[in-house]
Amino acid sequence: MHSKISRIVVSLFPQFNDTKNRPLTMKILVCISHVPDTTSKINFNADNTQFDTNGVQFVINPNDEFGLTRALWLKEKQGAAVHVVSVGGPETEPTLRKALAIGADEAIRVDQPATDGYSVAQALAPVVNEGQYDLVIAGRESIDYNGGMVPGMLAKLCGYAFVNTCIGLEIEGQSATAVREIDGGKQTLKMPLPLVIGGQKGLVEESDLRIPNMRGIMQARTKPLHVKSGAGASPKSEVQSFQKPAPKEAVTLVENAEQLISLLHNEAKVI
Amino acid sequence: MPILVYAESDQGAFKKGAQELISFARGIAEKMNTEVIAAVTEDPAQANLGQYGAHRVLYCNHPALKEFNAELTANALAQAARETGATLVLVSSSADSRYLAPLLAIELDAPYLPNITGLPTSIEPLTFPHNVFTNKATAFTALQGSIGVLGLSKNAFGVQQHPDDASVSNTDLDLPGSSWEIKSTEKANNKVMIADAEVVVSAGRGLKGPENWGMIEELAEVMGAATACSKPVSDLGWRPHSEHVGQTGKPVAAALYIAVGISGAIQHLAGINSSKVKVVINTDPEAPFFKAADYGIVGDAFEVVPDLIQKLKDLKAQNA
Repeated sequence: MHSKISRIVVSLFPQFNDTKNRPLTMKILVCISHVPDTTSKINFNADNTQFDTNGVQFVINPNDEFGLTRALWLKEKQGAAVHVVSVGGPETEPTLRKALAIGADEAIRVDQPATDGYSVAQALAPVVNEGQYDLVIAGRESIDYNGGMVPGMLAKLCGYAFVNTCIGLEIEGQSATAVREIDGGKQTLKMPLPLVIGGQKGLVEESDLRIPNMRGIMQARTKPLHVKSGAGASPKSEVQSFQKPAPKEAVTLVENAEQLISLLHNEAKVI
Repeated sequence: MPILVYAESDQGAFKKGAQELISFARGIAEKMNTEVIAAVTEDPAQANLGQYGAHRVLYCNHPALKEFNAELTANALAQAARETGATLVLVSSSADSRYLAPLLAIELDAPYLPNITGLPTSIEPLTFPHNVFTNKATAFTALQGSIGVLGLSKNAFGVQQHPDDASVSNTDLDLPGSSWEIKSTEKANNKVMIADAEVVVSAGRGLKGPENWGMIEELAEVMGAATACSKPVSDLGWRPHSEHVGQTGKPVAAALYIAVGISGAIQHLAGINSSKVKVVINTDPEAPFFKAADYGIVGDAFEVVPDLIQKLKDLKAQNA
């Protein structure tokens, strides 16, 4: 019913169809990373060349969760199709299904190992371009490799506007008001669509995060999950090895403020 | 094949992050037998960036760059990189640097490696150590291609003095218009920000309620420190989100991190791990944070902190 009305409105009032021929219903793509849970112990294999996934629980990257809930709010408030995408092998599908259970409409998996940020952005770009998304929400940074580069690289590759460290977002027509966290404060920007944001907490609050309910989990089983082949772009960086931090020396306990100040001044030399 | 450095300034002042970044570039340049060019968007005349290790300074004097715009600054740095034949472009860990770096990397079709913690461990291929798994490990990553963008972790290298003068040249830039518009900026001007702070005073649920934060703010003020908090405190609304430090909050790479009434969950530790000296004040001797700390007091924060404030004030008065 909604799309029939859209078509009538668009044919009567062509100015409601912008130069890129976007339909009235907003299309939002949420980029999801499949990462080790925040409490995971980090270990590497014998050679120290690979992360040891034994016993590790994988989850949706925390920054991405705020973006997913925000996208669902936009869907409920203004009408939108919400798709989720992830770059990785079949082992990442349970994480995509979880996003579907939370409320996304469709999922896409780009079948390519997520090697470095550059190749992940290259793998996502065709998905964005083919889908003609109005808004792309990616987490600002993933807790595994802390690259913080996929949202910005993706925006540049697709010719989209970009806001990083985004802690607030409103969409009005063909533009967005985005709040960006800066060192020591925040900044409000007016940005055109189509837009990519590097999102984090603030898009919604922790207590607002949507979690899958029984109905969502049931529906997730039959929602579409498309697998696309990777663009074949090679990574531009390669991890040679990993190293865990040296074991820590035991803490020096003191009895009072005076002793602490003395050590900080004379020994640690930090005050 | 010089090393270009985006040396950030704020109203003409080049802060410690920029000084450190230039010093780091000089360290790499000496290994690669090349020179350091500092690219600036504000007048560098008073700064003498040579003293931190720059050989030359390129002043990108364009009106559109006076107020930070990531799109235009990335564009300008890419032009400067091509003009100088740079092999590396260095940025800091500031919010502005992290905003523009991915745009710059794609503009140059280059890899971007942030959170670097030291000089290269190899030149062919160019390989750097950097923080991964939110400070729980170090990775050594090799870059491919003829140009790379590097991000330095705050306080990873330190500022080094050089007895040099750096010549300044202006560069003419052609910049397109930008549709990215700043509507307003809010900054707490009189407070030390976590991103810049050498000392951070942080507190958690052990403080029992937001009404008890006065002593934390006072301690921070006496020490010229930034205030921070743990995730539960931020989620409870006791303190603003901007103070939340930890794995899913802000990272802290201060010289001194003082944690009051924080137990030390793994996620919190991961986020503050790059701090050089960690002090813990907690009533619970079993608190996990004591295993990660350098110094600690097992005691009641409501006694220890006021005592610390008074002793620090006395010391200041003596030294005045």
